[in-house]
Amino acid sequence: MITVSHLSKAYNSSPVLNIENLDIPQGQSFGLVGNNGAGKTTFFSLLLDLIQPTTGFIKSKDIQIDESEDWKPFTSAYIDETFLIGYLTPEEYFYFIGELRGQNKADVDTLLKQFEDFFHGEILNQKKYLRDLSKGNQKKVGIIAALIGNPEVIILDEPFANLDPTTQIRLKQIIKNLASQQGVTVLVSSHDLMHVTEVSERIVVLEKGEVIKDLVTSAATLKELEAHFAGE
Amino acid sequence: MVFGALWMIASFLLMGFGVYFIIEEQFNMEPFQVVNQVLIYYMAFDLVFRYFLQKMPVLNIKTLMYLPIKRKTIVNFAIGKTMISFFNVLHAFFFIPFSIVLIMEGFPVLQVMAWNLGIVGWIYCNNFINIFVNNKDVVFFAVIGVIGAMIGLQYFGVFDITQLTYPVFNAFYAIPYLAFVPVFLAVFFYKMAFTFFKNNLYLDSGLSVKHDIAETQDYSWLNRFGSMSTFLKNDIKLLRRNKRSKTTLLISVLFIFYGLLFFTGSVEAYEGPFWRVFAGIFISGGFLFTFGQFVPSWDSAYYPLMMSQNIRYKEYIASKWYLMVIATIVSTIISVFYLYWGWQAYAAVVVGAIYNIGVNSHMVLWGGAYIKTPIDLTTSKKAFGDKQAFNAKTLLLTIPKLVLPMAIYAVGHFTLGEVFGFALVAIAGFTGFLFKNKVFNIIEKVYKSEKYKTLAAYKQNN
Repeated sequence: MITVSHLSKAYNSSPVLNIENLDIPQGQSFGLVGNNGAGKTTFFSLLLDLIQPTTGFIKSKDIQIDESEDWKPFTSAYIDETFLIGYLTPEEYFYFIGELRGQNKADVDTLLKQFEDFFHGEILNQKKYLRDLSKGNQKKVGIIAALIGNPEVIILDEPFANLDPTTQIRLKQIIKNLASQQGVTVLVSSHDLMHVTEVSERIVVLEKGEVIKDLVTSAATLKELEAHFAGE
Repeated sequence: MVFGALWMIASFLLMGFGVYFIIEEQFNMEPFQVVNQVLIYYMAFDLVFRYFLQKMPVLNIKTLMYLPIKRKTIVNFAIGKTMISFFNVLHAFFFIPFSIVLIMEGFPVLQVMAWNLGIVGWIYCNNFINIFVNNKDVVFFAVIGVIGAMIGLQYFGVFDITQLTYPVFNAFYAIPYLAFVPVFLAVFFYKMAFTFFKNNLYLDSGLSVKHDIAETQDYSWLNRFGSMSTFLKNDIKLLRRNKRSKTTLLISVLFIFYGLLFFTGSVEAYEGPFWRVFAGIFISGGFLFTFGQFVPSWDSAYYPLMMSQNIRYKEYIASKWYLMVIATIVSTIISVFYLYWGWQAYAAVVVGAIYNIGVNSHMVLWGGAYIKTPIDLTTSKKAFGDKQAFNAKTLLLTIPKLVLPMAIYAVGHFTLGEVFGFALVAIAGFTGFLFKNKVFNIIEKVYKSEKYKTLAAYKQNN
């Protein structure tokens, strides 16, 4: 589904990301971990063509991301608040994204219905604009909006941060279902090793922009990651 | 910011030195008396400008609260900071040179100084009043309404408020110790502001952020515009729900009245015939200029979202374009009152509107594609006067927008007469309209080629 070849990104000749080869097959739930500055968000930004690669390229379904825009209809993401429109209510925002992704109101409503317990009564019909919601609630909106329009690739940067424990547990269920039942390729980054091992079939550890571990998740993975980040 | 501030300082200095002689020689009136009469409007407009532009100190208080600093000190610091603001200092650049001229012209030094003291007191009263009324739109619009009514009543000779206020300002000069009254008043306001802030220095009272009660609107009647309606609906919400854009709307309304300066003949420099077209362009195009020049910056806060979605750029641009066209037409209809100053005045507005729609709408959007200053929608304090509004590029771009139509009109006016001049400008407008798709294509290309740079620039402030 996603193929990374000789990808690198440097700012003023100081490298921030350097991935020689990486293949993410369709329907895989893919976890990215690393300390601050490891290059996680840089990688996701490159995947969304928000920044330009210094060398190399990423292909999604054989479409080169920085050359064509044809990957956009089947890709969606929630990176940070810059993916929210502050002066809209959550409903308006969902419908707006829906319209951009070719979904009518009824389609969006059907989707939202499935996530009522995820919203926990704090999102819909609250008479609040997105800019006035708490960080956690904003994140809920952004994540669910990324599910609109049956995307085949979903990219979530730090989705667990700022969420309350109940919502974290529900989100983990959502992510697992997406990959296993609907064949969606889900890319998730996290600082929380426990969460990410729970939802991802495969975990890649980035350090200073390089892939230093590429693990298939097993019972031993969490221990291995903890040892890695504690010791070094 | 710096450019705007320097420009203000320079013009205040010039006025300060020049106004005495201008009034004396051009109008044959007593300068000091005229200034004292006009001062009430000066002070009123000062209040209005402050309301729009002066930043309130409360914003950075939160960080101080966790530090070991006495609450009293924090409040004094916050209020004190407003006192040294540019909006207070600026007036010195007018009143000091003006007073120097007064003294040179033989006015007694002590009395002139007392008059100055009175003015300083008054300006600081304004400063504190602004703190109280900050973000209270009702109060603000009431002030604007009163000013408008007073100007109207004076213009039509019904009632002249300056006759009432002139003695007040003159009294600071005539009876010097009266100048202490506004100073005491300012001190009193300071104390009031101090107690007010001190009692409200809590996160859940004075420092709490007010939340608007949101209503979901779907504007489904706009769906007839096809897939462009997605953006149109959003743009209307953008305009209605953000402080910055509301300020822009208000400014565009003010532009409608800008023409009064031209057609009533109150400014001598504007009497050449081609200035009509200049006025016409501004009257009908206030919104077009103030809104259009910041497309796509209006969407800067969520530009990464837009760029990762499958956006049809043409529809995105077209939506902004339609808004500008609609606003231009509405402004043109409202300005029908210019007929009072002759058909030429309104003809200038109408051909100005045609030129705006046909040519300037494209120019403005095209230019905006290169302007990469992010817009903070939540504050109105930066709507004009900082570098976002005034930079070399935007100034350069005004040439085809303003100078060209004036030149076209002049060509017609001085060959076959004014009707021909108006016709030429209108024809230029209609011709421009034919290039709409071509220009949209170019703008789309600019958006695409500048994408990474724009994203990076918007990120700076987010």
